[in-house]
Amino acid sequence: MDKSQLMFWFLSALAVFSSLMVITRKNPVYSVLFLIITFFAISGHYVLMNAQFLAIVNIIVYAGAIMVLFLFVLMLMNLNKESEQQKNKYLLWSGAIAGGMLMVIMIAALNTTEPAVVNQPGAGDIGLIKNLGTKLFTEYVVPFEISSILFLSAMVGAVVLGKKGD
Amino acid sequence: MQPLTNRAKNVDRRPMTLAERAYLPAILKGMGITFSHLFKKKPTIQYPEEKRPFSQVFRGLHVLNRDEEGRERCTACGLCAVACPAEAITMEAAERQEGEENLYREEKYAAKYEINMLRCIFCGLCEEACPKDAIYLSETFAPANYDRKGFIYGKNDLLIPNPLTDREAYEQAAGGRVRQPVAGR
Amino acid sequence: MISTLLAMQMDWALVLEKFLLIVVVVSVSLGFAMYSTYAERKVAAALQDRSGPNRFGWFGLLQPVADAIKLFSKEDIIPNKANKVLFVMGPGLAMLAALMTSAVIPWGDKIVLGGREISLQIADLNIGMLYVFAVVALGVYGVMIGGWSSNNKFSLLAAIRGASQNISYELAMGLSLIALLFVTGSLSLKDIVVGQQTNGWNILYQPLGFLIFIVCAFAECNRTPFDLPEAENELNFGYHQEYSSMKLGFYLFAEYINMFISSVIMATLYFGGYDIPFFNEAASSLHPNILALMGFGALMAKTVFFVFVFMWVRWTIPRFRYDQLMNLGWKSLIPLALFNMLITGAVVLYLQNGWPKF
Repeated sequence: MDKSQLMFWFLSALAVFSSLMVITRKNPVYSVLFLIITFFAISGHYVLMNAQFLAIVNIIVYAGAIMVLFLFVLMLMNLNKESEQQKNKYLLWSGAIAGGMLMVIMIAALNTTEPAVVNQPGAGDIGLIKNLGTKLFTEYVVPFEISSILFLSAMVGAVVLGKKGD
Repeated sequence: MQPLTNRAKNVDRRPMTLAERAYLPAILKGMGITFSHLFKKKPTIQYPEEKRPFSQVFRGLHVLNRDEEGRERCTACGLCAVACPAEAITMEAAERQEGEENLYREEKYAAKYEINMLRCIFCGLCEEACPKDAIYLSETFAPANYDRKGFIYGKNDLLIPNPLTDREAYEQAAGGRVRQPVAGR
Repeated sequence: MISTLLAMQMDWALVLEKFLLIVVVVSVSLGFAMYSTYAERKVAAALQDRSGPNRFGWFGLLQPVADAIKLFSKEDIIPNKANKVLFVMGPGLAMLAALMTSAVIPWGDKIVLGGREISLQIADLNIGMLYVFAVVALGVYGVMIGGWSSNNKFSLLAAIRGASQNISYELAMGLSLIALLFVTGSLSLKDIVVGQQTNGWNILYQPLGFLIFIVCAFAECNRTPFDLPEAENELNFGYHQEYSSMKLGFYLFAEYINMFISSVIMATLYFGGYDIPFFNEAASSLHPNILALMGFGALMAKTVFFVFVFMWVRWTIPRFRYDQLMNLGWKSLIPLALFNMLITGAVVLYLQNGWPKF
């Protein structure tokens, strides 16, 4: 076992543990905080795969922005135990069945796929910012621009919604 | 309406110009003003080392005065207590015994004389009321204390040092304000 | 386990070197922040014609020590209904986020010790600037967790106020830095500094970008005129309302560390970092160690200047109102930064390719 393998196992264990904590915590604020830890572990994996840009963007966008918005919403909700509604029994069952079916599909899908070329830790440099930029702006320029138009329309929509009051 | 002074200014309600809306010129101007204050003389007086001179009419802590032979002037007449608007002064009178003539100027003296410095408003009416020139407001500040009891000043806190035995301390406590004993008064 | 560790064949000297560097950098940051509190009071006093702390130590130089003793010996109160774990975690997170940025800052050039070249930078990441962003983005959590876990509506409101301010100004900051990246062509802070040593400081190429950056840095550090997260008098203090003793001290201290770090970053990105002005390092015959120390001194001088500007502005300008703050961020700074980006991009393209041929 060398350095990167040791790191891999540590990060994987951390990611699995904290994502389990995300779904088992009663208090949603704890869930969000554990989700942030999960993102950090995943970013660690990206670094191991030499995809530093992806790693840091994952932290900036997910841990730094989206999770903050989640926390915003959660903190403004009244999370007292008294105000928690009685859960519907059927809802529990339907959730379990839906989740179980998703798992079956995932297992089936993973069973039939050929194991792709596993990216060796530290190998490959497509994740480096220069190579990634070159690829994005030459080979994948059309999807890139289309997604940017998607974001632009989302921004325009947000502005329109925000202007509604005036 | 006729303006009372010529200092009144009309409020300028014109819309702001671009330079004004950009904030920055105003901010830089303000920073220039504050920067110029770095080089101004500081008016601070470093208190315990430096002291500001007192005004002639400053009214500080009380002293009970003595006469030129070092005898207490107070006769416990109670006029100061009556004059006191804050009711800060209490006293008990006693009769002078044989052999105490060098301590007390008259036959009656104050055995107990207390001023509650928390009640006192330092108005100086006691000083005005005193027929014997026995009480004066000096230039001393009320010092700090840990509890309320400490602010009730008894006779040993108030009495001025004896001018015969300790002239220097007497002068210091009297300051420039306590009327120095004049013979024959 | 030990055999595994040994089998890693790590360069133990490198580990030791980096460890020592981390210790030194963190303690320098802490010491600097400690004396910033003293400097803040002295600068405030000087700008207001007062003399400031001058009793404890020579010119009051031991005042920060006295403050620390005071904070440590105060009663540490945890509110009854607070979320205790998060309540304790909040100040720690704020401090962590404040200190983490210093890892990618090049504090100076190489020094040579016993034939070994030691770079005065903990980690020369090729994404250094993005790392700075990520850490700045994480700084919000200290504010939010502290405010929420106090179980006090005023703390919560202040936390949300502070967090939304931080998020809003991060955007304009990022956009102003993108324009800078067009000029430098690298995300590594080391490369940016080296580039400035040859081409001249970036402030010459990016004056507008620097202006936007410094305004956003003020907002990110919660300094006046953007100190709404902790407006004591008109907005009922801030997210650290329920904190006392050294926990409060940590929050306040983290603010000073943020101020120090953002001053260093401004000096590094726009003012040549450890570059000594009007002095050609490469052509000089001085010993590299002396050169590195001089470079560190130059960086510190620039930093001290920026910290002074932070304080100077604080004691000059009143607070913005909250809507003014948001208007400034979203309606002025972001369009300005986008405009700056456009112009910079056009100029860089023109310099590289000339006029476009259709």
